[in-house]
Amino acid sequence: MVTRTDIVFPSIESQMRLLIVEDDRESADYLVKALREVGHVAELAGNGEDGLALAETGDYDVLVIDRMLPKRDGLSLIGALREKGIRTPVLILSALGQVDDRIKGLRAGGDDYLPKPYAFAELLARVEVLSRRHGGPSEETVYRVGDLELDRLSHGVTRGKTEITLQPREFRLLEYLMKHAGQVVTRTMLLENVWDYHFDPQTNVIDVHISRLRSKIDKGQERPLLHTIRGAGYMIRDGIR
Amino acid sequence: MTAFGKLVRTTAFRLTLVYLFLFALFAASLLGYFAWNTRRMITDQITETVNSEVAELTDQYNNGGIRGLVYAIENRALRPGANLYLVTTPQGQAVAGNVGSLQPGVMDKPGWIETFYRRLDETDTRSHFALARIAQLPGGFRLLIGRDLEERRRLFGIVAKAAQWSVLVVLLLGLGGGIFVARRVLYRIDAMTGTTQRIMAGDLSERVPVGRSGDELDRLAENLNAMLERIEALMAGLKEVSDNIAHDLKTPLTRLRNRAEDALAKAGNEGEYRAALENTIDESDGLIRTFNALLMIARAESGQARDNMVDFDAAEVAHGIQELYEPLAEDKGLTLSVEAQSASVHGNRELISQALANLVENAIKYGKPVGAPPDSPGERPDILIEAAPEGSGVRFSVTDRGPGIPAADRARAMERFVRLEASRTQPGSGLGLSLAAAVATLHGGELRLSGAEPGLCAAITIPQASPLAVPLASTRRAVEQA
Repeated sequence: MVTRTDIVFPSIESQMRLLIVEDDRESADYLVKALREVGHVAELAGNGEDGLALAETGDYDVLVIDRMLPKRDGLSLIGALREKGIRTPVLILSALGQVDDRIKGLRAGGDDYLPKPYAFAELLARVEVLSRRHGGPSEETVYRVGDLELDRLSHGVTRGKTEITLQPREFRLLEYLMKHAGQVVTRTMLLENVWDYHFDPQTNVIDVHISRLRSKIDKGQERPLLHTIRGAGYMIRDGIR
Repeated sequence: MTAFGKLVRTTAFRLTLVYLFLFALFAASLLGYFAWNTRRMITDQITETVNSEVAELTDQYNNGGIRGLVYAIENRALRPGANLYLVTTPQGQAVAGNVGSLQPGVMDKPGWIETFYRRLDETDTRSHFALARIAQLPGGFRLLIGRDLEERRRLFGIVAKAAQWSVLVVLLLGLGGGIFVARRVLYRIDAMTGTTQRIMAGDLSERVPVGRSGDELDRLAENLNAMLERIEALMAGLKEVSDNIAHDLKTPLTRLRNRAEDALAKAGNEGEYRAALENTIDESDGLIRTFNALLMIARAESGQARDNMVDFDAAEVAHGIQELYEPLAEDKGLTLSVEAQSASVHGNRELISQALANLVENAIKYGKPVGAPPDSPGERPDILIEAAPEGSGVRFSVTDRGPGIPAADRARAMERFVRLEASRTQPGSGLGLSLAAAVATLHGGELRLSGAEPGLCAAITIPQASPLAVPLASTRRAVEQA
């Protein structure tokens, strides 16, 4: 583990505007401070009503909303926003970390769900993936990072001139990483999005999958593409600065 | 409230009163109808007799004149139990008959009349009551023929008495029965109330008394007892969890605190501080994981996760877990295979996957390589995940070739936080098996540990019909018997 000041997020190319709706002053301040330190603009609302008013008027890239808020709870706040046609991506924070609560949160219109307590790196990775400015080439049929190419239709993967054979799950793993190329994805995000499991394995099971994938796409290459981001997760990118 | 007041307020007693009123009303109207009908019948009979006699005697008069009429009347009046006869002149003087006196003015108007009279031959001075018809004869004579109404009155008296008595008896029986039933019900309800009060006061082991009649109160009592059983089991589980949390979370918290203190006292440079802080974060992450696992177990055991049940294929789950863990197993030099048959399961897919993942993680942690090449025929893999239909349900199992768990320790291994001596050196929270057991219990199944000579076979069986209430202790009991 490393402290948050250590985390280098090369993915930050543009600044994000975030709204934090959280009633616990200390954790809200921590979050705002940490987000500003990595270069984002973060505003704070202390209750659901203020949060709704700000979210309606302000131009935000991502809303980070706590589930339990005074005056108006998080889920109803999201519902009200969606009803008004405001589609700003929402990350729900909740002390209720269970699968059912997660499903409830997503059904209410949230885009992602992060149980408390969370690591800042995890939150940062998730808001960056959510952010519209980092939407990425999600609609493209071919993802390219450096000389690595992934064709989503033919399921073909090539590095330079070499064809790479991947297992179906390795393909999905690479697809997810490349979809969010230049962004940090955490182990939990991979487990959720590639395997669709929402539990917390006690072992480094994701790392092993990554190292297998790495050996297939980066082995013997001059420029590695799949990078480990210390204390946060992984990122695929054509070289680090 | 007095005992009588309580009795009177019971539903049974109130119902009795309502029925009592209805029955009394019914009895009274039945007797009333009977009396009214009888009266009408008697009156009709009298009317008929009198009318025919009036016709006969009028004939007599028309044929034999007043003499013939008087003769006929004298004759008839002498018969025992005879009717009343009276013939008067146009001036109102009695000519013949057996009537001594009448109410004044009776003879003035022809037609039917009810009147008091006295017979000629009677010695007593009492007046009697009669129904009579006065007929106008040609020549100004008047003829009265009547019938005593004593019989009708006596009959009426009998009916009235019968009515009085029957209402009295109905009232007495009804009230007595009502009190009896109300007291019986009240007694049983009081017993239940007493039990619930003792339970509210804190003694959860109390049970509501159940009678032998199998009536609705007994069924209620049985259901209450089943509910109490479940509550008691849940409370015991809760107590166990909080005890374990208190006991076992304190250990890592103490370690955390000691390290921080140590760093504060000794560390001199930034690197050492940094290392201590990183350590602290790792330790708290471990605590969070333990906490999450505990919450998950509690949730599975309380049955909350029942809302999220879906139908899915057991083989698909088994393959998914194998696919997730196969690289990790290979890293440790173990082969991880899956043998799964398609079988539909109704359950919480996420929880079952996690339970299976826990078993596989354990197998990877403690399993040993067989030594034979993985593809040699007839040789089983180091770790085998199986999923197959069993009876009407499904059986998931994970078999490793490690040292296994001695039969005596198997039940204990599934308890929360229990880490057997052999595993002390391995990392882990000691919650993996208890979560798997809780998930099995949630689905009405059980987790069974058995020996695989060598190795351990951990099997989760899930019966398809998910029962509504599953006693918490069932998993442990199953193991003790196995």
